[in-house]
Order: sequence, then C-alpha cells, then structure tokens
Amino acid sequence: MLGSAIIVFRETLEAALIIGIIAVATRNLRNRNSWLSAGILAGIIGSLLVALFTGRIAELAEGVGQELFNAGVLGLAAAMLAWHNIWMARHGMKLARDAKQLGQDVRTGSREMSALALVVGLAILREGSETALFLYGLLSGGEETLSTVLGGGAIGLLLGCLAGYGLYAGVLRIPARHFFAATSGLILLLAAAMASQAARFLVQADVLPSLASPLWNSTWLIDNNSLMGRLLHTLAGYEAMPSGIQVVFYVATLALILAGMRMVRSQPPTVLPT
Amino acid sequence: MKRFLALLALLGLSLASVAADTEFALVIRDHRFEPAEIRVPANQKIKLVVHNQDATPEEFESHELNREKVIAPGAKATIFVGPLKPGRYPFFGEFHDKTARGVLIAE
Repeated sequence: MLGSAIIVFRETLEAALIIGIIAVATRNLRNRNSWLSAGILAGIIGSLLVALFTGRIAELAEGVGQELFNAGVLGLAAAMLAWHNIWMARHGMKLARDAKQLGQDVRTGSREMSALALVVGLAILREGSETALFLYGLLSGGEETLSTVLGGGAIGLLLGCLAGYGLYAGVLRIPARHFFAATSGLILLLAAAMASQAARFLVQADVLPSLASPLWNSTWLIDNNSLMGRLLHTLAGYEAMPSGIQVVFYVATLALILAGMRMVRSQPPTVLPT
Repeated sequence: MKRFLALLALLGLSLASVAADTEFALVIRDHRFEPAEIRVPANQKIKLVVHNQDATPEEFESHELNREKVIAPGAKATIFVGPLKPGRYPFFGEFHDKTARGVLIAE
C-alpha cells in the first residue's frame, strides 16, 4: 500500500506541478477550464494506451523506440511552451493593462489554450503510463490486493494533486505587476527542463553523444532522489549528474525562447480597433 | 542550414558507431537482477541489454548512470551508457526497489 502510494505520488506530483503552472499562466483566458479538462482527459486516455503498447513501442527502432517516443513527447511539449511564452510576450502586457479586454480575442485565446492543453495532455501521458504499468505490475505480481493498490494509489494521487494545487495557489498570490514575469519565468524553465530531458533520452538511445557524462556531480548538495531534488527536477530541470549535451540543450532552449520573446516585444504591437 | 547538416552528420556518425559497442546482458527474474554485479570497461560506450523475464513490467533506473527505462514483461530493452569513469554505479528496478538492486562497475 505504501509502495503504490509513494510511486503514484511521485508521478502525480510531476504532472500536477506542470498543470499547476499552466493553470496559473492561463487564468485569464476564456474557456480555460474546459481546455484544461480536455487536456487532462486526453492525457489519461493516452497514457492507458501507451501503457498497453509499451512492449510494442519499446521494440521499435531496434529497441530504442521508448526513448525516441519520450524525446518526441518532451520536444513537442517544450515547443508548445516556447510558443506560449513568445505569444504572451506580445499579447500579455496588453492583457494585463486592460482587464476589460481579457479574453476578447477569442480566436487567439483558444489557439493558445489548445497548445497548452496539449502540454497538459503530454505531461500526463508520460507520467500516467508509467503509473498504470506500475500498478498493473503490483496487481499481477500478486504482492498486494486490489484494495491496497487502489487505496495507496488514491492517497498518492490526492497528495500529488494537493501539491500541484499548492503551487497554483502560491503563484496566484504574486502581485499582478510581477505576475507576468513570474509565470513566463516558470514556463521558460519548464521548457528548458523538457528539452534537457529529451536530450537525455536521445543519449540513452545513442542518437546524440553525451559529450561528458556526467558534466558535474552535485548529489552532495541536492540529491535527485530527495523530494527537493524531484521538485527542482520537474520545475527547473535540475540534474545532480547531467550529461554535457543536456546542459547544451537546456541553455540553447533558454536562449532561443528569450531571444524570441525579445524579438516580438521590440516589434510595434498590433493595434486592435477599439 | 550548415549547423543542421553538421547535426545530421553527427547523428549518422553516432548511429554508425552502434555496431562497435560492447554488449552486456542483464536478466530480471523474480524481481532481481542477474547478475547483480556487472563489470564493464571504463571510458567507452557500452550497450546494456536487459531482458525482463518476469510477468510484470519493471523500470530500470539509475541516478548515477542518469538512465531510466520501462521494460515490458518478457521484453528485451537496449540501454546505452557511458563512456564511464572508473567507479561503482548502482541501479535498481523502480517498481520493485526492495529486491531489484544491482551495481555496474566500470574499470
């Protein structure tokens, strides 16, 4: 029971933190809740399908299909987050200035929401498929009964969601004028974290060279296995022992998104008819 | 464009080098790794082939090796590691971490 609670908590926490950040960043967009719910639902269905076909996926591409799949999922999510940040750099200031205009531009708003709902779905896809496999393993291994597995899983799920909600509520308290900078900063780190994890999977599949493995070892400072290490890993991509290529991907993603944000900001803003 | 071509060349190079890697086999049986201790050469890339003979899925994980991979029941998974500095690199099965423990020794 404890085993299933801990694993479900860990996996839920990662997805819940990502959903929390996205829920904060989109709090003013129209139909936000239905988009988020759609993303969550699609993610759960998708993760059950992925769990079902894990063996098949792993066999693809000479045994490294799982890595390529994970890298693809992470890369797509990072690209969506990058696009969100650059979009917000252009429109966010205006949205923050004039509260009445919020959600007025429904078309761009829903385009924006569909991209972020996709990120939510992808985050659940990754964590959910692992959770499903783990719980299935516990059940078919006969080590625990259905009720202890489900009970432990429910506790883990609840605690993970609470942590995600805690982050959401905490970020919401940030004063309005710092809000934009805070959320785009969080999304920026999240995108870089995903790019770095995608690089790690590509090294594991031997598609990319590791350059140095590890580049440094900061396990003595923050262990990846500790709660703090896990939080920082999910939110900011912290690795105690990163390979060189992960750092390259991390820094390059940060630089590209920041450059994109700066570029659209320096262009004259599109004037909406009033 | 140039950078893209360079990346492609790099990709081709690393794919071409696959065949030259030394291969090591691990088996998961009754939620344990066999052998629980595996010796590999340091400073060169190696290919781990992990065969899960249990009826349940397992996740090969190692913080020291910076690797994680879910292995379906009955499946063989390929995991590339290294080049490693000489030393001990513990790994475990995340789904049964009380019994599934092992260490990779690079020397």
